[in-house]
Amino acid sequence: MAEEVKLMKGNEAIAHAAIRYGTDGYFGYPITPQSEIMETLMEEKPWETTGMVVLQAESEVAAINMVYGGAACGKRVMTSSSSPGVSLKQEGISYMAGAELPGLIVNVMRGGPGLGTIQPSQADYFQTVKGGGHGDYRLITLAPASVQEMADHVALGFDLSFKYNNPAMILTDGVIGQMMEKVVLPEFRPRKTEEEIRAEQPWATLGKLKNRKPNIITSLELDSSIMEQNNIRFQTKYKTIEANEVLYEEIQCEDADYLIVAFGSAARISQKAIDIARKEGIKAGLFRPITLWPFPAKRLNEYKDKVKGILTVELNAGQMVEDVRLAVECKIPVNHYGRLGGIVPAPREVLNELKELK
Amino acid sequence: MQHELIIAGFGGQGVLSMGKILAYAGLMENKEVTWFPSYGPEQRGGTANVTVILSDERISSPVLNEYDIAIILNQPSLAKFENGVKPGGILIYDGYGITQPPKRNDIRIYEVDAMNTASAENMSKAFNMIILGGLLKTSPIVKLESVMAGLKKSLPERHHKFLPMNEKAILRGMEIIREANAG
Repeated sequence: MAEEVKLMKGNEAIAHAAIRYGTDGYFGYPITPQSEIMETLMEEKPWETTGMVVLQAESEVAAINMVYGGAACGKRVMTSSSSPGVSLKQEGISYMAGAELPGLIVNVMRGGPGLGTIQPSQADYFQTVKGGGHGDYRLITLAPASVQEMADHVALGFDLSFKYNNPAMILTDGVIGQMMEKVVLPEFRPRKTEEEIRAEQPWATLGKLKNRKPNIITSLELDSSIMEQNNIRFQTKYKTIEANEVLYEEIQCEDADYLIVAFGSAARISQKAIDIARKEGIKAGLFRPITLWPFPAKRLNEYKDKVKGILTVELNAGQMVEDVRLAVECKIPVNHYGRLGGIVPAPREVLNELKELK
Repeated sequence: MQHELIIAGFGGQGVLSMGKILAYAGLMENKEVTWFPSYGPEQRGGTANVTVILSDERISSPVLNEYDIAIILNQPSLAKFENGVKPGGILIYDGYGITQPPKRNDIRIYEVDAMNTASAENMSKAFNMIILGGLLKTSPIVKLESVMAGLKKSLPERHHKFLPMNEKAILRGMEIIREANAG
């Protein structure tokens, strides 16, 4: 049966999608602009229907460690927060990467640094894709640009994280989190049974069986030669993810002289700038990375011979622009335009910057 | 066809919910819709605004700085958004508390005496629906039936008894809106 089209906020869509995915647990601590995620979960009371646990932890640090614990048992567990809260979670994320645990983290970014503002920002790009915690690890990062993608990326994030036993993040901001759009929610899936988890996640610590040794989940290894081998294994896994899981969207790029590269909310604003540019006779296109890590560097590289210049638009002082410059090997001009601290640029501002490329 | 609206006023005037009802009405007509609220460390007496876009096609930016229609319910919002109305666009305002009325002559300006009407006719809870009625009269971007269907969908069932009062307010707004310039 076709699902009903609903109108809801991006944050609400994440909550509904989590219940429908068969998520086992959500652990969070309130912070604007993402509090609707836990609010919606509390309102929906999934513990009465699917059995999903929804728990307000005593802190962000507690919440990410509850995720670590749930994940160690092979459960589909998640947390959400906003920039300052996600900084607090970084130790836990690094531990999850080191222990090769799956799990979903949502960051509805706000202006920083520090406690900053509560308005939209994309200033946590570096933190997310370059490793906000310690050690050589990578975080699978999805950047939804619509309420529909907020819903869809819950399943995508969980699926990728379980495919590779690595944490995944949905990186978004208050524009996408707070706005309402049409959405078709994914279909309900039952939560995994203990038998299914034992079969699919044989490493899970669900109680020792007689025919095997105890499962141990840890990121600690005192022998550095073994730790190097662990790291090599992680790096091999990251290479596989980079080779297989890149996602992006190209809008009017085929005949473009100029590209805007932008993700999430900045991509939506840039799309309008491109529409106006096209009306004014400027052949511009939008390249929107959907996975920020793995970054669509290979595909972007192909544009170095096709377009005259690139503008990256980000709600930060210039972060993704570095990856775009690397991707095109600095062979064409790559400019950056951004607003800071919670200010969202208007399409006309972006258009003016695009014209600077000419 | 795409309609880009800003609705702005004081917190508590029903700015965000008016936008929500419009968005639901758009949903009823199978349009693409975005509803993007201003949000921040809000305080009583502060301003609130919402950008609503109704379109037949996929909507790009939910954030705008130029609008086809501005609905303005207080002086600070008028100062902020009067210049954001596209030439040839529409500005609808309630003159209550407005000491410096809009001055543009390249747009159509309408006034709805909603605040006074709402208090005189015992409809203060449906103040924003009077304004919405004014909008539907000057620019029927959605049908009245869709607004009523949208209202029904967006209100919890225990509030459905207020639907007739809301419809009455919308109809009243349609009656009292008047052109404020010859534009």
